[in-house]
Amino acid sequence: MSEPFVRVENLKQHFPITRGVVFSKQVGAIKAVDDVSFEIYPGETLGLVGESGCGKSTTGRSILRLYEPTDGRVTIDGTEVTALDDEALRAFRPRMQMVFQDSYSSLNPRHSVAKIISEPLVIQGTRDQRKLRDRVAELLELVGLEADHMRRFPHEFSGGQRQRIGIARALSLNPQFIVCDEPISALDVSIQAQVVNLLKSLQRELGLTYLFIAHDLSMVRHISDRVAVMYLGKLAEFGRYDRIFSRPLHPYTQSLMSAVPIPVPEVEKKRQQILLSGDVPSPAKPPPGCVFHTRCPFAAERCRAEVPQQEEVEPDHFVACHMVNDPTVGPQITQRAGHIVEEVKAASGTGPDRQFTPARDVGNR
Amino acid sequence: MEPVLDVRDLAVQFETVEGTLHAVNGVSFRLRRGETLGIVGESGSGKSVSMMSLLRLIPEPPGKIHRGRALFYDAAETVDLLSLSNRRIGFLRGNRIGYIFQDPMSSLNPLLTVGIQIRESIERHTRLSGTQAKQRAIELLELVGIPSAAQRYGNYPHQFSGGMRQRVMIAIAISCDPAILIADEPTTALDVTVQAQILALVRRLTQELGISVIWISHDLGVIASLADRVLVMYGGTVVERGDVEELFTSPRHPYTVGLLGALPKLQGGEEQLVNIRGTPPSLFSSPTQCPFEPRCPWAFARCKTERPPEFFAGTGRVYLGGTESASTTQDTAESPEQEADEPFVAHRAACFHDLDRDQERDPSEPPAPAQGADKAAEAAGIGAPPSARGSASTDPPPAHTDSRQPSRLTGDRTGAEEL
Repeated sequence: MSEPFVRVENLKQHFPITRGVVFSKQVGAIKAVDDVSFEIYPGETLGLVGESGCGKSTTGRSILRLYEPTDGRVTIDGTEVTALDDEALRAFRPRMQMVFQDSYSSLNPRHSVAKIISEPLVIQGTRDQRKLRDRVAELLELVGLEADHMRRFPHEFSGGQRQRIGIARALSLNPQFIVCDEPISALDVSIQAQVVNLLKSLQRELGLTYLFIAHDLSMVRHISDRVAVMYLGKLAEFGRYDRIFSRPLHPYTQSLMSAVPIPVPEVEKKRQQILLSGDVPSPAKPPPGCVFHTRCPFAAERCRAEVPQQEEVEPDHFVACHMVNDPTVGPQITQRAGHIVEEVKAASGTGPDRQFTPARDVGNR
Repeated sequence: MEPVLDVRDLAVQFETVEGTLHAVNGVSFRLRRGETLGIVGESGSGKSVSMMSLLRLIPEPPGKIHRGRALFYDAAETVDLLSLSNRRIGFLRGNRIGYIFQDPMSSLNPLLTVGIQIRESIERHTRLSGTQAKQRAIELLELVGIPSAAQRYGNYPHQFSGGMRQRVMIAIAISCDPAILIADEPTTALDVTVQAQILALVRRLTQELGISVIWISHDLGVIASLADRVLVMYGGTVVERGDVEELFTSPRHPYTVGLLGALPKLQGGEEQLVNIRGTPPSLFSSPTQCPFEPRCPWAFARCKTERPPEFFAGTGRVYLGGTESASTTQDTAESPEQEADEPFVAHRAACFHDLDRDQERDPSEPPAPAQGADKAAEAAGIGAPPSARGSASTDPPPAHTDSRQPSRLTGDRTGAEEL
């Protein structure tokens, strides 16, 4: 196997909680990301999934140094990003870009589309107006818009189209690595599929590497080669998508998978969902030991005291849980995984009996 | 099954600086007692506006209920929600019809404790007050699964998490034992694990209390888990309706087919997601064609010039016995209620392309009868609806069949209001 393109080692991002205005002092810290490590291979997509407040967006931003990481090391294509000074970082930025979640607030409403998309090029030193215009036209067509859309303003576009503009802007500097921070969460279902298909085809054409952040487990499965499940600033489970989806072993991953409603009524109505009790604890006061132990049905004494480390349970499948290899509880967890996957599999056999392609078109192909 | 709500040809418009926005264009549906009706649609499909206009919660102006009827068959009487006076609709809101809003952050008052907010609706609509009302509020908090309810009674909304706040909203909505509960995307802002908790709660409550539910969502998975029947909305109209199992396995409108194909799966093959090209329609133009025509791979000439009515599809086709189908089923049906009911709730698709046979429909094929509500209204002793709702507020209060005097909705429940 080739070398990882992006390597994240023990990344920590703590935000200070301060008290007082003039003589403010730190009284605590929000541990948004706490000791996270993973790799992304060239041309692959890592799906980072978790619920709101688990630190997935912060992880994406810290990797690009939009936040200054508190601790840890990020290496992209052999360059240690966390060690670069300001000048070197700016020179490196064209290689790593970001697509933001909210296309309403991430596009300046007073700038034309041409100005929005060409801004990264201008910052990186292109001044030739003609060159800029040609590049913008090329990018707009690449993302499925038209070249003369460049004179328009963001409000003239729908949500899906605005997200395409955001993607065009991220692509303008020919990056190799793009962090997609929930690019489809705010979009309607039919538009989500359009944007995801676009991201996938761009990846094939341009050989991009993605970190795809989302809370939608089924979409993450669809787009990712590898999946990382996050809970309260830590990675719960990490591995190849097929491993995780055919044998989810962390109790949190299990409850997440069990909670996703499946659009097949006869399966969904019979399903025995695992309901988690309570809410996610505050990241300012994370529970000691395993952060999930307060809601975990398998939690034992050890989970309350000791932080679990990532363990490789099978090739390309890591789980941070004390109990997975426990002689008595372990088999129960594995059994539950089998049960959840079985339920989901029952749904995959059925589906709508019509395709969104008229029979006459199928014949023409 | 007897209906509890009958909506017919509802149309809602908004006057804006850019022209008239046709938010809802002739929506008809029937909600039967004890069932859960799912309404699926994307943003701008008119699903929220149509439900809010039933309780007259849309701002007028700029909004205007252009035409339509909404018969609510309450225990004591039948009323047309759209022509009630403001005072009388106020008696129904939160009392006989509960409403859960999408965003629990902005729909609770941050300055009042949740206890006061639950009591507010109890004290307005029932005779309970003081300690009794408080007792009832605490019972409700327990019912929706809030731990140590008596202590939480005095807490403010910011002391609750998103899921807990939505539980409070549910407690308010069911506080007066409503006949109908309208839930407008109540889980969209929540995480999936919390969503699963709320769905389980609503499923339990509606079964225990026998409430009829209208559940609005854009998430087909949520609809699959809750609904008995589904309406699919697009561009302000219902494009397909039917039993939830049948509609998900045998969709017969191109939009539904595309929507189901656009969902990624948790297991199974690695197929490409369906691309429904284009974007949802602008609602400014007056609807004279099929709203889905620009994005539809099956579209042909007729779709551009005519607006497709609903046709029977799938199992609904049993009602297609020729042009006289409606009357023939009438003769054979067992009870008069059923015969008005069944064809109206059967599987239908508003499309000129017949996906059952995968061919264009014959121009002579009769549309499915849309007069279901009329029949029910006649049966209930309510005269034919006015063709346009110009003089709606002067309509006489509709009466129930059983020769009782039209009561004034001032029974026990609203006693407090009389004072």
